[in-house]
Amino acid sequence: MFAVPLAHAATEGDLSGARAQMGFSLAWHIVVACLGVGLPLLTLIAEWLGWRTGDPALRILARRWARGMGVLFAVGAVSGTILSFELGLLWPGLMGRYGQVIGLPFALEGIAFFIEAIFLGVYLYAWDRLPPGKHLLTGVPIVIAGVASAFFVVCANAWMNQPRGFELSRDGRVVSVDPWAAMFNPAAPPQTTHMILAALMVAAFLTASVYAVALLRGRRDRYHRAGFFIPFTVGAVVTPFQLVVGDWAARFVAHYQPAKLAAMEGVYRTGDHVPLTVLGISNGHSGLKYGLEIPSGLSLLIGYSPDTVVRGLSEVPRSRWPAVTGVHLAFDLMVGAGLFLLLMGGWLALAWWLRRRTGADGVLSVPGTRAFLTLAVLTGPAAVVALECGWVVTELGRQPWVVQGVMTVRDAVNPAPGLLNGLWLVLVVYFGMTVATVYVLRRLARDQPVPIAPQESDVPRYPVT
Amino acid sequence: MLANLTLGVMWIGLTCYALFGGADFGAGLWDLLAGRSGPGAPRRALIEHTIGPVWEANHVWLIFVVVLLWAGFSPVFAAVMSTLYIPLTLTALGIIARGAAFAFRKASTELWQKRLFGACFALSSVLTPFFLGTVAGGVASGRVPPGLAAGDLITSWLNPTSLLGGVLAVLTCAHLAAVYLCAETERLGQPELGAWFRSRALISGLAAGAVALAGIAILHADAPRLFHGLTHRALPLVVLSACAGLAALALLRRGPGLARPLAALAVAAILWAWGVAQYPAMLVPGVTVGDAASTHPVLIACLVSLAVGSLILVPSLWWLYSVFQREPEPAAAPGEPGR
Repeated sequence: MFAVPLAHAATEGDLSGARAQMGFSLAWHIVVACLGVGLPLLTLIAEWLGWRTGDPALRILARRWARGMGVLFAVGAVSGTILSFELGLLWPGLMGRYGQVIGLPFALEGIAFFIEAIFLGVYLYAWDRLPPGKHLLTGVPIVIAGVASAFFVVCANAWMNQPRGFELSRDGRVVSVDPWAAMFNPAAPPQTTHMILAALMVAAFLTASVYAVALLRGRRDRYHRAGFFIPFTVGAVVTPFQLVVGDWAARFVAHYQPAKLAAMEGVYRTGDHVPLTVLGISNGHSGLKYGLEIPSGLSLLIGYSPDTVVRGLSEVPRSRWPAVTGVHLAFDLMVGAGLFLLLMGGWLALAWWLRRRTGADGVLSVPGTRAFLTLAVLTGPAAVVALECGWVVTELGRQPWVVQGVMTVRDAVNPAPGLLNGLWLVLVVYFGMTVATVYVLRRLARDQPVPIAPQESDVPRYPVT
Repeated sequence: MLANLTLGVMWIGLTCYALFGGADFGAGLWDLLAGRSGPGAPRRALIEHTIGPVWEANHVWLIFVVVLLWAGFSPVFAAVMSTLYIPLTLTALGIIARGAAFAFRKASTELWQKRLFGACFALSSVLTPFFLGTVAGGVASGRVPPGLAAGDLITSWLNPTSLLGGVLAVLTCAHLAAVYLCAETERLGQPELGAWFRSRALISGLAAGAVALAGIAILHADAPRLFHGLTHRALPLVVLSACAGLAALALLRRGPGLARPLAALAVAAILWAWGVAQYPAMLVPGVTVGDAASTHPVLIACLVSLAVGSLILVPSLWWLYSVFQREPEPAAAPGEPGR
């Protein structure tokens, strides 16, 4: 194994271009990937309920979601492939040296993805070739493999936050690699759990949003109510767990990546009785301005006591500071969006409980007030905002490192000139793909379904407006 | 030993990608050349019907190769990706356009949309294998030195061997697809469609053969090391490839079912001939498999997980292909809710 000498970007513009391209294609893929993890679960629930009850509304819902799933999986598969290319195209310094350390989770992810693709092919295309129960079973590996691939990929990202499982020799070679230790680094458990729950939430709330719009427009039939209720319930159930896991993840960061937590909370000086500052922007050297301070709030959150010491940015050399304002605002926005989703889930639970006590019609009667539905439309965008902001916190909070404490982004970049042109090309292609994806998904939601399976001959007769 | 094993597994992955993924790309080329929307419709329908359920699984072979290259031979991955970043970026965009447009076309109903997405799907199906071929040519002719972007960013992929690789890749994909589709029409009992694809299989096969013959002269002048390897150590494989290819062409009319594995064998043999000719060099001339291989724990971990994974993968993959090779099962009586 020979050492890969590190190089620097051809120009500053190329470095920025590479960062922007990676960031943009990741930010795009992460939404589609979340739908790819969560949507199969929702579809299976709808198909299972439809099979159990014979209700055509539920079965047509399952069929539509399955078609959307097919489109989203294709888009997710290709946009994910690009990411594995970009790791080499844009960051060969990182991959040349540490590719072998994080190779294992990616190999495992490849297997999981393979299984997902195989069973998706069967699930989507063999609807008319398999009996309903068997068909339902072919969907189960899609869900399991989807969650597994999210787990493996985030393990690799967690390694960038907590690099383990290797040693560096004097001449810069990576020696004595332990790929399992690298994969199961300390950041892996909180990060993977946080991400998988986030994926379920994004898929659930985004889907629910679409049907909330329809309900608001007065389409209150069983089909639209089910389309709203199934995913919204899944989202509402997952959200409280996410709050606990998020707290765990933040506490983890406080312990293992103090500079990132300091940026998240805008803490400059180490000390106890540290206030929790909500919003506000950095003054560049000592604190946040325009923020709302809760005395001793941060110390209480992290150590359950106002005497808890929180380490500030002043412990880190200035050149190693992440962009405080960006990380802090992204973090607050994520928490705010999460709390909004928690409240909405609570509202649904309360309404459901009240209805049950007063004995009104079944579980499909969601709170029908306009206020609830209008806010419910916002849950999808809120979940996406929380997702993207959480990702910004993880990535921007690690800067200037690509691998925490080991390699900077600057050292990882491809020294070839012209990287900036790649960014423009990628932007153009992704713009086209975004427009087409949204357009096709909207079409799929409106079209009358084609009867694929003979056992579903009642489905196309079901009136859907 | 472990390094060679990893390389071998990676090469098997590359072969599978060429045979399965390549055929999907080739189908895209025939989609482009299927004619006007009227007479072209049944041809396009056959293509869509055939590759629809399997292309995503076939595509994963590429990810498999990429991941194994970076896990097993990180410095080679870094060198190839950084020097050849232009054709590889175009490949990546081609992959996006191909996959997304195919899924979009399947989901759209109006003719103009089908045309737009179809054109995008078909065009990128030609460009992607072309650029991958140029990458193979650049590596095979020793134009990728170790280090980051250490080779020439342009001539590493715009050179005689790369162009040969690109054209050969497109023609090979087209040939494989036409042969596969020809066999598919036989199974489905559609003789007119079969005749159309048979003549295309013949033309593309002869064209690929002609380009390969011309390639001998090109490699002799442009990549003497590769030429030497192909005409000495790898000669049996080259001969096998030529024989299998000719036999496939000869069998097209009488037994398209047999032509399919023979055409695949011809392509696989030429890929392995390249590997054998170049071995043990990974980056010609200096970097060998042993130089580039990761440490043993990494190789063992990857190989063991792949072995365990393949216990699930192989039967599933087999099942995927077989579900779509048999006719639909008789379903429940119409009108009865599915139970």
